Amino acid sequence: MTPEELLQTLYDETLQGNAPTVLALTQQGLDIGLTPESLLFDSLIPSLEEVGARFERGDFFVPEMLIAGRAMSGALALLRPLLAETGVQSVGTFVMGTVKGDVHDIGKNLVNIMLEGAGFHVIDLGVQVPPEKFVEAINEYKPDIVGFSAFLTTTMPMFKANINALEKAGIRDSVVVMVGGAPVTQEYADAVGADAYAADASATVKKAKDLIAKKRAAVSV
Amino acid sequence: MHTRLSSASKEVTIGDDQPFCIIGERINPTGRRLFQEQLRAGDLSAIERDVAAQVAQGAMVLDINMGVPLTDEPALLRRAVKLVQSITDLPICIDSSVVEALEAGLSVYEGRALVNSITAEDDRMAEILPMVKHYNAAVIALPNDHDEIPMEADKRLVLTKKILDTAVDKYGLAVEDIIIDPLAMPIGADPNIVNVAYETIHRIHDEYGANMTVGASNVSFGMPGRQTINATFLPMAMTVGLTSAIMDARTPQIVEAVKAADLLLGHDEWGMAWIAAHRARQVAEKASTP
Repeated sequence: MTPEELLQTLYDETLQGNAPTVLALTQQGLDIGLTPESLLFDSLIPSLEEVGARFERGDFFVPEMLIAGRAMSGALALLRPLLAETGVQSVGTFVMGTVKGDVHDIGKNLVNIMLEGAGFHVIDLGVQVPPEKFVEAINEYKPDIVGFSAFLTTTMPMFKANINALEKAGIRDSVVVMVGGAPVTQEYADAVGADAYAADASATVKKAKDLIAKKRAAVSV
Repeated sequence: MHTRLSSASKEVTIGDDQPFCIIGERINPTGRRLFQEQLRAGDLSAIERDVAAQVAQGAMVLDINMGVPLTDEPALLRRAVKLVQSITDLPICIDSSVVEALEAGLSVYEGRALVNSITAEDDRMAEILPMVKHYNAAVIALPNDHDEIPMEADKRLVLTKKILDTAVDKYGLAVEDIIIDPLAMPIGADPNIVNVAYETIHRIHDEYGANMTVGASNVSFGMPGRQTINATFLPMAMTVGLTSAIMDARTPQIVEAVKAADLLLGHDEWGMAWIAAHRARQVAEKASTP
């Protein structure tokens, strides 16, 4: 297989969510001299972008998104240490959690998978995450974005409580706040002072990338 | 075991020897942008259409959820309950995660309502069960706790027992007034999760004989052909003891699948309801042909 053929096959197999083949092809790519960057940015990430695009068009469904994301995660586990060695800048770091009082995580987990698929470093704090734990994680990981997930109208007010906690800790401006979950709306996100709202996993990835691009552009000015 | 719900003039009985209780899910703003905006503006007119569409297809109870962020949910729910009771005699399932909203709905309800819902969390039970008792209502209970939504039937059974014991021993409710929601989750997110729901239903039915209801449309979330999945999920769940569902009551394919399962499971003796529905359709078809 030529490098071009390998990148194309890896792209196709990732799109199909064929995890064992994706892992094997990633190793094979390294063996024939492809760089980790090339495997990631010329094949895996474009493939997951296509998954997201198909999902948005209604051509792909939740399980397809899930298995493609898992296939990608397997490859990433192999590539991440190598990428770290070469000092490649990650797409971004994303701290994620379901708010205190809420134990729903299916939606959040889907979003995590798509974020990882897009090359984000995702730190998942799980469910029932109290404000102080978000603050701790932000201090520890210095993420670009923190995401709050809520599934209930009764737990959505925790968005505001979390944002207050960030302000109190003096770290509100250091991180972009995104919110989401079944009952959440753009209006609600605006009302609690979040920086962005996304309706589903693929929209989250898009917005997260835009926000980081803006943030980095602002810093470089 | 029989759970009795009622409006001012009509009673509905849920039980494993009864026709499956179809609870219409439609009066719920989640995922309905236009409806959310209307409710935010205090416009409840869409509810009348939702009631008519669900009643026409065979809903037996109507769920009402007014969970719109940044609104006065108790006030909205109170108005919605009154409105629905003024246009239909079907009993109502008052649905909110906000305790004050449940209370507001119950305070104006005429008859025996179903409250949706409590969990196995002590604080949630302490807030809601005395209210359920006070208003002589029945309640849906989800076997999840403060830590997680259990992904195994074993843990769901443990929490079911906790709920039943607490409701009966501590709050003086009758066991038949607790309807367990065995938790139906999206098959698209986990290939085994609906098997877990079936196992949970089977075991709750065997061990406690409790009535059960699920949010049936969850199962097909994120999949194509949702109606067929929903229409298949329900009869399969009915064979292991599910006695009710909060479900899409506007889609004939789904409602008919449930009615056919009632017939096949012996809950529609001699198919009298099935045949009557057939005749009603014939009459309707004749009336609509010029």
